Amino acid sequence: MAEVEETLKRIQSHKGVIGTMVVNAEGIPIRTTLDNSTTVQYAGLLHQLTMKAKSTVRDIDPQNDLTFLRIRSKKHEIMVAPDKEYLLIVIQNPCE
Amino acid sequence: MAPKSQQGKSLGGRKKPKTVRNKETLSVSEAEPMNMENMGHPEIYPLLLTTKTQEIFNCRVNEDFTDEQPYKLIKKEDFFADFHKRAAVSDFYPFKKIIQEYPEDELLLVYDKDFKYGFNFYLIGTEEGKENYLNPPAVSEEQEEQKELKEHAAEDILIYKPPVSKPWVSLGSEKEIAEESVKEPTKQITYMISRKRSAFGAPIQFSDQNASSVKDAYIECTAYPDKNFTIKQLEKDVGMQAVPQVKGTSTQTRWTYPKNAAVQYYPREFLEKEKETLGQSKPFTDFLNNASVSVEIALQQNEIMNTFIDDWKCLAEEEGTFGDKTDTHLKEFQSFTDLHSLMETMITCVSWHPDIYGLIAVSVAVRLSLEDRVYFSSKLLLQPSLILFWSFSDPIHPQLMLESPDDIFCFKFCPTNPNIIAGGCINGQIVIWDITAHVDRIENIKTGGNRSKKPILKPMFLLEPDSNKEAMYIRHCAVSSIENGHKKVITDIHWLPDTFEINRIGSVFENRSELCCQLVTCSADCTICFWDIRPQKTLTPQPAEKKKEETIEIPFDVPTTFLHLDLTWKPLYKIKLSKGETTLDHCPTKISLCEDHLYKAQDKLLAQNKVIKPEENPYQNLESGLANVLKPIDDFCTKFFVGTEEGEVIYTDWKLERDPETGRLMTKKPVNLCTVHDGAVHTVQRSPFYKDIILTIGGWNMAIWKEGVTTGPLLQSSCAPKRYTSGHWSLTRPSVFYIGREDGYIDIWDLLEKTHEPAQSQNICITMITSIKPWAFSTKQQFIAVADYYGTLHILEIPWTLRRPSANEASSVSHYFEREVKHLEYVEQRKKIREQHKKEMDLETEKIKLKTYQKSKEQLEAELQMDYESYLELEKTILLNLGLIKMTDRMSLIDVE
Repeated sequence: MAEVEETLKRIQSHKGVIGTMVVNAEGIPIRTTLDNSTTVQYAGLLHQLTMKAKSTVRDIDPQNDLTFLRIRSKKHEIMVAPDKEYLLIVIQNPCE
Repeated sequence: MAPKSQQGKSLGGRKKPKTVRNKETLSVSEAEPMNMENMGHPEIYPLLLTTKTQEIFNCRVNEDFTDEQPYKLIKKEDFFADFHKRAAVSDFYPFKKIIQEYPEDELLLVYDKDFKYGFNFYLIGTEEGKENYLNPPAVSEEQEEQKELKEHAAEDILIYKPPVSKPWVSLGSEKEIAEESVKEPTKQITYMISRKRSAFGAPIQFSDQNASSVKDAYIECTAYPDKNFTIKQLEKDVGMQAVPQVKGTSTQTRWTYPKNAAVQYYPREFLEKEKETLGQSKPFTDFLNNASVSVEIALQQNEIMNTFIDDWKCLAEEEGTFGDKTDTHLKEFQSFTDLHSLMETMITCVSWHPDIYGLIAVSVAVRLSLEDRVYFSSKLLLQPSLILFWSFSDPIHPQLMLESPDDIFCFKFCPTNPNIIAGGCINGQIVIWDITAHVDRIENIKTGGNRSKKPILKPMFLLEPDSNKEAMYIRHCAVSSIENGHKKVITDIHWLPDTFEINRIGSVFENRSELCCQLVTCSADCTICFWDIRPQKTLTPQPAEKKKEETIEIPFDVPTTFLHLDLTWKPLYKIKLSKGETTLDHCPTKISLCEDHLYKAQDKLLAQNKVIKPEENPYQNLESGLANVLKPIDDFCTKFFVGTEEGEVIYTDWKLERDPETGRLMTKKPVNLCTVHDGAVHTVQRSPFYKDIILTIGGWNMAIWKEGVTTGPLLQSSCAPKRYTSGHWSLTRPSVFYIGREDGYIDIWDLLEKTHEPAQSQNICITMITSIKPWAFSTKQQFIAVADYYGTLHILEIPWTLRRPSANEASSVSHYFEREVKHLEYVEQRKKIREQHKKEMDLETEKIKLKTYQKSKEQLEAELQMDYESYLELEKTILLNLGLIKMTDRMSLIDVE
């Protein structure tokens, strides 16, 4: 649908965004702006990390849930928005 | 007579002294018979009996005398009868007296078989002697004989006196005797023990008895420890051996050995169709809508501010250095001058050694114009053209001197092997040196092995013969062919980087050998040539004549690395920079290719990645590289910048293209050509930080270009008061570059500070600066080598401010360049707009002009009338206002109209 594409385009056009991808609950990429090998790598790794983070939050407080995950590294920031079925991953370079 | 005969007969067996004695005795008294007094037997008269005498007396030798009875008793009367008969002839005549005096009747005549007394017979003249002889022992006989002889002697000579006993005179001998004799010291006690006789021999009974029971039954000498004899042992030598208790055991385990196991996997992916369907599904869109909200918030947060910045860190500059941070001047470090050259020289090119600290190479040329060169050509032949290697450790003597056939105007170290140096000569030849054999000479200079630690101040004339470091003249390895190479001076030479190589038609292939094996040169004969240092397979067999010519003897100490190239080296590929129809061609002075290896060599990480085998010199075996079939590189940028002598900067392509008309391969026309400089361009250099920013310096100004922007330079400076003669980018600061002037000043430009004029200007020397080359050894030490027209090389140290890039300098400079690019674009656009505008304006004016021409005369008159009337109105109102005419007049005027 055009809406989907438009949303993704909008996210991608933000300043400093390197790549955007949508991954399903099992870690299989659905939509991506990066090349295949990078996508697969990110998807696999971040999916596991998100699961872990989610379980951590749940363990501490069963009523709580993970809403957003931001990983800041030296070079860029990885943002993960989890959902029941999908995962939206955005990689941004915050500083110039 | 008889003694004479005796003498004569006995001469044979006699010893000489006896004969003397005999003579003496005879001389003393002829009458006396000889006796054996001298032997101790005065009664023995040896004599010789003739055979006749023997017959007479029946004492023939072997008949009458036997061994048992070798004597004979002869009566006196016989003797007397003999005397009567024979008188003096008788053998016994000398003994007549003795015989007469003999008391007895018989004399003893003994046969002396052994000639004991000298003759074969002897007569015993005394009774005693006779008795002694007849009656043994021989001793007593001898004694008696002796006595007889003595008696006789005494009668004759001395009267023998028997010794008279005298009282004994002690001479001390009795003491000795007393000492020697054994005497009993004490008188011996004699005991006499007696017992009754009946007690002897009685039966004896023995019984046992305990010794201790009876008193005094025994006397014991008990042993007691005498302290005098106890020695306490203070030291004891003890030997010990520690023996580990070793036990041998063994076990058997299962040997687990590592096995290589690999798992091959591929990620799960969706097919395209599935992706599509999923993408269309509703939950997907819902999710995306929800998620994108939070994501966008996060993104915006990051854009607004970077919350993780460490302000302290950003505030601090790099670690402090020694020295004043405000000091911005280049400090003089060292300077080198060649003192040995005969004629005045200038330095044409400077290059730092890529690896060795403190080693800089300088090419020296004679300071003469062409006319003077021709005039002094004979003198020039004597002076060798050199490249000198200077080291920081010795400012007087160059370390190495490379000889070349003619003056070198440019040279470069090979980036992959710093022992190979290629230089371009003034006569158009390329010269190659291989200094692998002398590397250890220059590598060890920093350790200062030859330099004494004590500062010995010796005057220069004393230093010369003492120095054991003689700079060696190293002859060149190979020179290019004179006919096929350049015809005029080579102005620039570069090594092609080892990432690609070129074939005969200019196509680019990948370079598998990882060596720099190709060169590019440009020269004043308007050509750019590509050379390959590997041996080329010749397509046509060379004629035999040429081969004969080219067998030139090469000195033994020249390495044969490039022997295949010597004098037969042809360029691989040639480009002519023609201006098109005109005969004048562009005369290139400097070129700049897309990748310059000079800066990459400083990157140590890259150097570590290249595994250099120290044993093999890959340049020894260059042929191996040719055999590989190389892969052509596509999309390779074959364009490069050329600066010419007229001041133009040309951006052209080296690849050949097919001419559509003739079908031949010819060089392409330049992509871009700009005349920017007023004089010859002497520096065309890419920035070490940006691959597409080029600095060109020539004449009285400088320009900065960006590759791809064809409208013009990004920055062009105004004319400087003095001509610019050399320049170089700074190696560590992206916005700084150095320009040398013809009055010995260096202008230091800082693009972030000022772009219209240099940020700093500093005087280095009194004459024109011919070359500037900075070099960074470490972050704390950076030098700049400045060569001047008088042949002196100055090494200056770059201060902290000029070598330390400020924070974000690179990005600032790149922004600046981008802005400039945009400015240029804007200018272009404005140009266009203005043109358009101008066109429009022209059109309008044209239109207006047309309109005015179309108007007829009546219309013109009507218009003029209208104008006049309006003018009258104006006049009236003014006059009214001035009060010069009355209202009534005005009214009437209005009515009229």
